[in-house]
Amino acid sequence: MGSHTHTVTDSGENLHQVTGPSWRIRARRNSGLIVSLIVFTVVVVVNRVLQPNLFDRPVLRSNLTTFLPLVLASVGQTMVVLTGAIDLSIGGIVTLVNVATVALFGAMSGRTGMGAILLPVIVGVATGVAAGAVNGALVAYLRLQPLIATFATNFIWMGLALYVLPTPGGSVPDGLCRVYRGYFIGVPNSAWFIVLTFLIWYLVRRRKLGRYLYAIGGSENSAYASGINVSAVRLTSYALCGLFSGLSGIALTADIASGDPLVGGPLTLSSVTAAVIGGTRLSGGEGGAAGSIVGAMILGLARNIIFFANVPPFYQDFVYGLLVIGALAIAAASGVRRRSI
Amino acid sequence: MRSPLSTCTNIGTGNVRRMFANPVALAYLLAVALFMLGQVLSPGFMSAAQILNVLRVASFLGIVAAGQTLVILAGGEGIDLSVGSIMSLAAVMTAHITLARDAFLLHALAAVILIGLALGAISGLGIACLRIPPLVMTLGMASVVQGLTLVYTQGQPRGRSAPLLNKIVVEPWFLGIPGILIIWLLLAIAVSVLLERTSYGRRLYAVGSNRVAAALSGVNVQRTVVTAYALSGMFAALAGYLFVGYTTTVFLDIGGDYVLRSVAAVVVGGTSLAGGIGTYAGSVAGSVVLTVLDAILTTLRMGAAGREVVHGIVLVLLLVAYGRQRKLRQ
Repeated sequence: MGSHTHTVTDSGENLHQVTGPSWRIRARRNSGLIVSLIVFTVVVVVNRVLQPNLFDRPVLRSNLTTFLPLVLASVGQTMVVLTGAIDLSIGGIVTLVNVATVALFGAMSGRTGMGAILLPVIVGVATGVAAGAVNGALVAYLRLQPLIATFATNFIWMGLALYVLPTPGGSVPDGLCRVYRGYFIGVPNSAWFIVLTFLIWYLVRRRKLGRYLYAIGGSENSAYASGINVSAVRLTSYALCGLFSGLSGIALTADIASGDPLVGGPLTLSSVTAAVIGGTRLSGGEGGAAGSIVGAMILGLARNIIFFANVPPFYQDFVYGLLVIGALAIAAASGVRRRSI
Repeated sequence: MRSPLSTCTNIGTGNVRRMFANPVALAYLLAVALFMLGQVLSPGFMSAAQILNVLRVASFLGIVAAGQTLVILAGGEGIDLSVGSIMSLAAVMTAHITLARDAFLLHALAAVILIGLALGAISGLGIACLRIPPLVMTLGMASVVQGLTLVYTQGQPRGRSAPLLNKIVVEPWFLGIPGILIIWLLLAIAVSVLLERTSYGRRLYAVGSNRVAAALSGVNVQRTVVTAYALSGMFAALAGYLFVGYTTTVFLDIGGDYVLRSVAAVVVGGTSLAGGIGTYAGSVAGSVVLTVLDAILTTLRMGAAGREVVHGIVLVLLLVAYGRQRKLRQ
């Protein structure tokens, strides 16, 4: 990226930092990602010590299939957090996608072939995008506070999910689960999905939309004054968030192989935590989805570590909470210290 | 700005428009309107007993919202997502310490207040000194406190409320008003005085509206912020303590519902999530509004699914009515 990009993405606030060799500029701009990668490495090493078969193919695959829903939800969360907003309805969207997909699978249970799998999946993802677009319209065009508006819509998505599927149940075609747990040229498909997610993010970031996300997060007023259609970009960011939440819902459906009207709840706040651990600032304008992918895997591995360290069951949540706070403290300490107060 | 309530005490014809622009007055009007709507939908809804009952349920949310108000007023994206788990821990501790014995009520009160203050202060330190964003810091704290509750109970909460606590909370003190409402009223006065008549209150508003300016004027920003979170922990613990008197028995996630509802109550009461603007009087109204709404949806015997959807839609409508942010073009 040339220097022009820096001036846009940094939104003028820390222009004075754009000096010195380009690798230093890059390192500074990606300090959050770099620190999260270091934490990730430490976590992987600790996990490997406690669980010697961590890198065996089936173990790796089962870990990644468990992490993928949170990875996707965190990437979605990042799309809106970069603009300085937040989506507290991700859990509701994921749940709605889960039950809608499972209900459609049930309705099409007589049929076979690709269509019987693909159609419900496509409808599920489209549900996610639609829900995200509703959130986006409320925040961008009705100018509601993102935190509380998406808290409210979460009730709507959760209620709709309860309406579609009042009690846990339903089944998922074997084909979907087989693809989700399968391998492609020796690498788990779930790993490919993570790579694909990163590539999508990379494309978004390289395009105008990506720069606009950062610009709005840096300073909404400057972005507006520079002729960016702030409302349209916000709507798009929420729709993107809905898209990734939809994909997260599909991944979760393939992972648990059933429907559950309460399944997505914990994903909402975990996705925010993952984004912050990955170096994304909640005030917007700094960070990126690459860090969030790493952050989500750190959270998953932390659970593994607690399990394999033989922490007594009743102490597990407590230790997990401490680990999360530690990771957050490291992420906060590594942030660019712009303001002293 | 400090006391929008003053405008609603002198309702003259000329002030009507100003009143509608005043979110606190609007929240109170909305609470009354919702009670009337309840009466239309289900006669008997506005009987004194039912109103007192709704207010009694609202009081716990209102006490949690007191801390949430302080934290949100302190600005810097301030929010406390650990109130629910602190409330749960306090409730579980209260039942466990008293074991239905009146003699241990004060021990339990002292213990939960101290724990609440300490846990809140730790969140505050992480936010003010380590500069962890409040949302995720208090979320991490919620997870730690949940863990503490599990460790404390070994997964199986013991004990129950002391009879005296039930009496204090549920039974009328005078004029048929249950004790919890009198406690809430006293607490509301105390918090309002804290915010509007003490130097701490002034510092809190100053820090919330502009941290740099406050620091340059000699306000100890960090101490002000840490105190706000400590008080929030204390109010959550107090709510948990009193809640045991209402429910008698406890379960592990007894305060879970109060986390985001307390934030919603504060926002419905006209406090800005950006910090520096708002009152506790507003949050009181917000708590009542949310509780009446729940009560209406319950009396309508709507299924769980429909209730959630309507709840969400009504919240969105409330926000559309007066929670909108300024246009970009200024």
